[in-house]
Amino acid sequence: MDKFETLTGVAAPLPLINVDTDMIIPKQFLKTIKRTGLGKNLFDEMRFDENGAEKPDFVLNKPAYRDAEILVAGENFGCGSSREHAPWAILDFGIRCVIAPSFADIFYNNCFKNGILPVVLPAEQVETLMQDARKGANARMTVDLERQEITASTGEVFPFEIDSFRKHCLLNGLDDIALTLEKASAIEGFESRAAQSRPWV
Amino acid sequence: MTGKTLYDKIWDAHVAHEAEDGTTLLYIDRHLVHEVTSPQAFEGLRMAGRKVHAPDKTIAVPDHNVPTTLERNNGIIDNEESRIQVEALDTNAREFGVHYYPVSDIRQGIVHIVGPEQGWTLPGMTVVCGDSHTATHGAFGALAHGIGTSEVEHVLATQTLIQTKSKNMKVEITGTLAPGVTAKDITLSIIGKTGTAGGTGYVIEYCGEAIRSLSMEGRMTVCNMAIEGGARAGLVAPDQTTFDYVKGRPHAPKGAQWEAAMEWWKTLHSDDDAQWDKVITLRGEDIAPVVTWGTSPEDVLPITGRVPEPGSFGGGKIEAAQRSLDYMGLTPGTPLSEIEIDTVFIGSCTNGRIEDLRAAAAILKGKKIKDGLRAMVVPGSGLVRAQAEEEGIADIFKDAGFEWRLAGCSMCLAMNPDQLAPGERCAATSNRNFEGRQGKGGRTHLMSPAMAAAAAVTGRLTDVREMM
Repeated sequence: MDKFETLTGVAAPLPLINVDTDMIIPKQFLKTIKRTGLGKNLFDEMRFDENGAEKPDFVLNKPAYRDAEILVAGENFGCGSSREHAPWAILDFGIRCVIAPSFADIFYNNCFKNGILPVVLPAEQVETLMQDARKGANARMTVDLERQEITASTGEVFPFEIDSFRKHCLLNGLDDIALTLEKASAIEGFESRAAQSRPWV
Repeated sequence: MTGKTLYDKIWDAHVAHEAEDGTTLLYIDRHLVHEVTSPQAFEGLRMAGRKVHAPDKTIAVPDHNVPTTLERNNGIIDNEESRIQVEALDTNAREFGVHYYPVSDIRQGIVHIVGPEQGWTLPGMTVVCGDSHTATHGAFGALAHGIGTSEVEHVLATQTLIQTKSKNMKVEITGTLAPGVTAKDITLSIIGKTGTAGGTGYVIEYCGEAIRSLSMEGRMTVCNMAIEGGARAGLVAPDQTTFDYVKGRPHAPKGAQWEAAMEWWKTLHSDDDAQWDKVITLRGEDIAPVVTWGTSPEDVLPITGRVPEPGSFGGGKIEAAQRSLDYMGLTPGTPLSEIEIDTVFIGSCTNGRIEDLRAAAAILKGKKIKDGLRAMVVPGSGLVRAQAEEEGIADIFKDAGFEWRLAGCSMCLAMNPDQLAPGERCAATSNRNFEGRQGKGGRTHLMSPAMAAAAAVTGRLTDVREMM
């Protein structure tokens, strides 16, 4: 997993609530057995018409946002299925930070496993950033994870909260499994106690 | 000391390690695996030279991609990508030595139906799967939730998950349900009230007389859609109904172990003085047969209602509702019971169990589906299918004009050939009405199996009470 320290890039506005994982990556693209290559189908049904041609109105098809690295969206972003293909598609497209008033639980977790930073801010602050993002290619925001701040193109600064363990893992690009395996003795200890107390499991 | 909720008790019994900041390694008792969200996880293990930590606690079954037509019995999956994914599960299950029900096994079916059916899911357990509808297993008083593929790999390698604790929400359904009202109407009505993000950050415990009166099948339907309300998991405290369901299943404890398990299971309920972060109460008598009108599971109304005006909502929902109506091709003010459908889908992990098929068959008995309609029943497992055939339910469906399919996820998410064409409108017993969910441009109305059966007969959304 790549580290996430600071990111300065174009932010794309997607002012929709309840953006679900079927919108982010429709099921026909879940048949892959790889993690990569999904970016070309990110938001497929919103981005392309039935002939596969780009819909010019969709934000990521507009010249200013084709290289967006930040997405600003409405509440409950990522609701629906547990498919990690959703963050894989976002990452593969080149977006490393999503800003929204709230996220669905599983999607939020999945982001951290892939070096994507989901930022929760109050709805009115997200609205301010949404306005900023509407400026197009000039809407370059800076996300600083260490300082836990987003700086809009106007210079206005928005501090955000994040779980300290997740922040640590993201800043250092740490592999969860390797970290957990360091605690193998605690897991084995649990298993031997459980074998006594709940032998039927 | 204050009392504990059921969630607190299960959580406490599974903490393998707790860091100073509260980050916890939670031990996982059962890990269910299907073909769509696992190949990258097994590949990750292989590349790191890791093994599956507890293959005895890991159960694999293909369900999302598998065709449900009878030709599948010839062992052929036409879609190459689907075939590769199913074959990858086959290879991985055998190589890593986990429990496995291949497509050819009569016990194959939707992972959330197979787990309980085989007795893998037991009260007080932690159960995870790379699928959001893992919440289903909460019906047994098991802490069960969906995870992403990275977490699937983490559980395979360590049998634990890195977790922070959720908050406790109590959803109480008092009283009794009126005739024609089912578990599906309960769970949709709750989401209609709380919204799809209402449960975010919480584990829900469903309680109250109306929940207690439900069968295990009904409780599974309620818990299944906890995720649609945004919750991490849904729970129902185990009781005699639970124990009766579990007893005698292939992987349920037996003899002295059954007795020991029962002793613990009987303690698995929230204490009277437990602390709740949020409480929601609905009267069972107030719940009507409902349908969804939009493209979010929160877009729920009684079948007697009308398509709403987007302007009747607030905030971002005004635009969302307008977008939904455009997608669904509906005009505000139209009575819901005048919406014509062309497809009926009965099945899924929400409503693919024997009781669901019985409820639909009770409406269909001696009737025919409307001319020109496409209607299919996809049993949740090979065993549900066999039981329905034995009970004569299959014949009722077939005589009515339904296609009688083999087990799988099918048109709930349309990863296999069972899909809606653009503009087609479906009465579905599944769990999501998202844009494109059942096929690009397809339109989904969620409802109970009895309501879907009623719609099949009339060709429009129909109040099942008119047919009872």
